[in-house]
Amino acid sequence: MANVRRRKDEAAGYLFIGPWLFGFLVLTLLPILASLWLSFTDYDILSPPRWAGLKNFGTMFLADPRYWRSAAATLYYAACAVPLRLGVALGVAMLLNKNRRGVAAFRALYYAPSVVGDSIAVAVMWRQIFGGEGLLNSLLRLAGLPGKRLWLADPRFAIWTLILLAAWQFGSAMLIFLAGLKQIPGELYESASIDGAGPARKFLRITLPMLTPIIFFNLVMQMINGLIVFTPALVITDGKPLDTTNFYALYLYRRAFETFQMGYGSAMAWVLMAAVALLSALVFKSSSRWVFYESESA
Amino acid sequence: MRAESRSARLAREACFYLAASLSSLAMIYPILWLAASSLKAPDELWRKVYSLVPERLTWANYTKGWSGFGGIRFEVFYRNSAIYAGLGTLFAVVSSAFVAYGFARIEFRGKGFWFACMLLTLMIPPQIQIIPQYVMFAKIGWVNSYLPLIVPKLFGQAFFVFMFVQFLRGIPRELDEAAAIDGAGRLTVFARILLPLLKPALFTGSIFSLYWTWNEFMTPLIYLNSPRRYTLSMALRSFSDPSGLTDWGAIFAMSFLSLVPIFALFVAFQRYLVQGIATTGLKG
Repeated sequence: MANVRRRKDEAAGYLFIGPWLFGFLVLTLLPILASLWLSFTDYDILSPPRWAGLKNFGTMFLADPRYWRSAAATLYYAACAVPLRLGVALGVAMLLNKNRRGVAAFRALYYAPSVVGDSIAVAVMWRQIFGGEGLLNSLLRLAGLPGKRLWLADPRFAIWTLILLAAWQFGSAMLIFLAGLKQIPGELYESASIDGAGPARKFLRITLPMLTPIIFFNLVMQMINGLIVFTPALVITDGKPLDTTNFYALYLYRRAFETFQMGYGSAMAWVLMAAVALLSALVFKSSSRWVFYESESA
Repeated sequence: MRAESRSARLAREACFYLAASLSSLAMIYPILWLAASSLKAPDELWRKVYSLVPERLTWANYTKGWSGFGGIRFEVFYRNSAIYAGLGTLFAVVSSAFVAYGFARIEFRGKGFWFACMLLTLMIPPQIQIIPQYVMFAKIGWVNSYLPLIVPKLFGQAFFVFMFVQFLRGIPRELDEAAAIDGAGRLTVFARILLPLLKPALFTGSIFSLYWTWNEFMTPLIYLNSPRRYTLSMALRSFSDPSGLTDWGAIFAMSFLSLVPIFALFVAFQRYLVQGIATTGLKG
């Protein structure tokens, strides 16, 4: 009897996860392996793939300066946008974590940009804000400053318009931090007050350590999202000027789907995956030094 | 608490409200500006760019934008996006709930392994899959159709499966075990008992999914070629092409119009969104 039940459970289990399992094997695992193979070939989709050995990787690493520019631009973007977004989110969450009247309304307003931020409508709007005759220059002139700069065409500033767009969408992270702040027991702050700790000390010794699991998790996920950023670079800056915003995912897309170098694109994708895995592993490894789990300390 | 004089406290409160009001206004200023610009007459659009109050209200940008670009009325793109978001969400949410039931309630060999695989897919850059996926879909003649966009959603989406599993873990097992003893099969238990209990999670998941599919850009960009099939996002992008002559008033109007459903969802269901983000702890 128990045995029959057990066998039925096996079948039922695989029946229910079946759709996901099929999708995983056919649409995720198989493509990952296929792109590994394609990365060693020349493939333009019209004619069958031709074995090319390490040529794609050789070109990428040794003979394609655009490749390195795109990798550098992407790292720069992620290194600026992620801490900026998380920092602003934490700061605002701290300010809103008080039972004041109207806090819910402010929370909604701060969150609003995150609701629309990923849309093409906002990307198109962003292009207009930083354009020559755009909103920013108009505001600068209104303030009596020279407002003639072409922000999107200036290699120093173009990438910062994209970083600013990412920081503008701090809403989700803010909500996660707010939920985390509510979990911190009030007694901790009370006993710290009795010990004479000021606000800065409380922040550094209580708030920040208690939030580190959330910060860690968000850091990993946002870092990955930062490394694969695509849409804003395509729509707002088109990868220009001088490739300063030609982010990795955008360059990969152009190679694979505009010039149909699918082998080269696959090689790029594998290096991207390796880089994401490596950086995630580094953050994970570092986490034992700075992420604080309540249950351990008890 | 440290004693604090009444006036110092008042001043602090005033500071908070002043800073919060100014900064939240700055946050939504671009969105208000987009709305205002969409109602400005062409001559005003570039004269007082920063202004939030149009001197003369005009709907001309909307009528012009709605009549479309390149001979295709804008409602075509709107309908494409609505069908894609609606069907995609339905498929993704229902299939994810089905899969989540398997992970949350049934004991079977390899479960832990497959669950870990699923969580891992949340961290895999999609770029690693798109090229072979494209080749595969091209071989079976699905390029330039919605099939490569919608069919994968039938296989559950890791994010939603995870979310629903978390939710199911909070529902006492006695409820479905009692039904199972009564002789109800797994499918019946799932459909009759757990699906209704999952409703709040399904709802939150649907809202997220509607957002994501509505805004999705890379996949439609790769698979859809003929303008008639474009989603809103693609239409907005191609018609605001910097190399072409662009009617910015109409672009503003259609951009804003494309955000209206998103705002409507946000205003109506803010509570669910906030809860969903806070409880899964994942990016929304």
